[in-house]
Amino acid sequence: MSEQYDVIVVGAGPAGSTCARYAAMGGASVLLLEKDRDIGMPVRCGEAVSNRSLERIVDIDPRWIAATVNRFRLISPSGHIVEPDLGGHGYVLERRIFDYDLARLAAGAGAQVRTKSYVDGLLPGNGRSSTDLHKPAGTLSPSKDTSPADGPSPAGHGWSGVSMTWKGERREAHARIIVGADGVESRVGKWAGIDTTTHIRDMETCAQMTLTGVDLDDDVCEFYFGNDTAPMGYLWVFPKGNGMANVGVGISGMASKKRAAIRYLQDFIARRFPGAGVLTTVAGGVPCAVTVDTLVKENVVLVGDAAHQVNPMSGGGITSGMIGGRMAGEAIARALRADDLSLLQDYPKQWEKEIGAKHRTYHRMKSAVYKFPDETLDDIAVNVLRLAPEKRTIWGVFRTALRHQPKLVWEMVKTFGLK
Amino acid sequence: MLLIEIKPNTCDFCGCCVGVCPEDAIELQEAHIDIIEDRCTNCAKCVWVCPFEVFVFNKPARKQPAES
Repeated sequence: MSEQYDVIVVGAGPAGSTCARYAAMGGASVLLLEKDRDIGMPVRCGEAVSNRSLERIVDIDPRWIAATVNRFRLISPSGHIVEPDLGGHGYVLERRIFDYDLARLAAGAGAQVRTKSYVDGLLPGNGRSSTDLHKPAGTLSPSKDTSPADGPSPAGHGWSGVSMTWKGERREAHARIIVGADGVESRVGKWAGIDTTTHIRDMETCAQMTLTGVDLDDDVCEFYFGNDTAPMGYLWVFPKGNGMANVGVGISGMASKKRAAIRYLQDFIARRFPGAGVLTTVAGGVPCAVTVDTLVKENVVLVGDAAHQVNPMSGGGITSGMIGGRMAGEAIARALRADDLSLLQDYPKQWEKEIGAKHRTYHRMKSAVYKFPDETLDDIAVNVLRLAPEKRTIWGVFRTALRHQPKLVWEMVKTFGLK
Repeated sequence: MLLIEIKPNTCDFCGCCVGVCPEDAIELQEAHIDIIEDRCTNCAKCVWVCPFEVFVFNKPARKQPAES
């Protein structure tokens, strides 16, 4: 059985659903595929976003918000506490509802949403038969002498669709454009010849629990730093209201070689929340890298974590993925209306201009900060606490942290237009 | 020869390992994970990044020195 659409989006997270929505709003017929049996579950995320970035990308429904946060508390290895001025507020989301609603908005715009659809290959554009996922890597390309990395496929229009299993049945779906929104475990990009492999240094490997019966300030997000707590990463405690909290840790894959994320989390929870109930325990991975080099290759487009659109400093990827999804969805709709796939290239250009360059600076900042030993982290906290209160902003913290690296501070000032 | 093994009933299917696998050698479905033996080069990146210590790297047995 085969179907034909303008666009197939693989993955119904925030980036995929947003891309599907904007492509459908622009007049495209869209199939949105999700491998899991439901959308938004399990939640593999800290769930925090800033109000400004979320407002910029979607009309906020109060049902999505578990808690509104007015303060950030950064805790150094020896326990110095810095509370930089946020200049706004944050939300801790209820992603079970949020992700579901974003897919509903896509459906409302006309997209077909289908769960339990496990995509396992791209269909070549030159009419060859379906790919076989168990063949050795590389055979998924249209043909060996014109591997995707070498340029356009023989037919000149890339890939004709995807192969998948749906309720145990083999299926194919065809489309003019295929969007890889398949998250940290993205394979769509690899099949199209785009290098999406995350270096283990940049992979933040995460363990997260939802706790009940905890006592904490409901308007504060806490971040713990230090080699014993979260080497090359941080541990977060985010309130979710009603005595609940999203507590998790992300550490670099380099640190995870020695000790896994779940062990750091278990230690912390035993110390800090000994009597808490555990509602969920989940694993996760966040690609804290610069954006992939190639966001569009022929008729394959990448968005969200699949495109490494996560802010590499904070590890936050909800709103930046949605922005990528929206830019891509709009470019797709324009390209289809004009019947000119070269217009897809508007998307990488817009991404680079508005976000990509900033993420490169964030990545350099992260790479510098992650090398700091505990003494340096404590020293930064002490120095920030010596600043006048009005200077204790997030930028004040970074300026203090990177004061021995004036080049990087200058780059920060230039990239983010700071004064 | 595949040296990497997945401990049964420990995987949370998060995809961290797939993200770092340079060979596209991991098949990850909603609640099923498999290493594609033909592609795996035993580089162990999946072992290193797994948040739940799901993978085991079985070091190849050293060749016994020939008896004199």
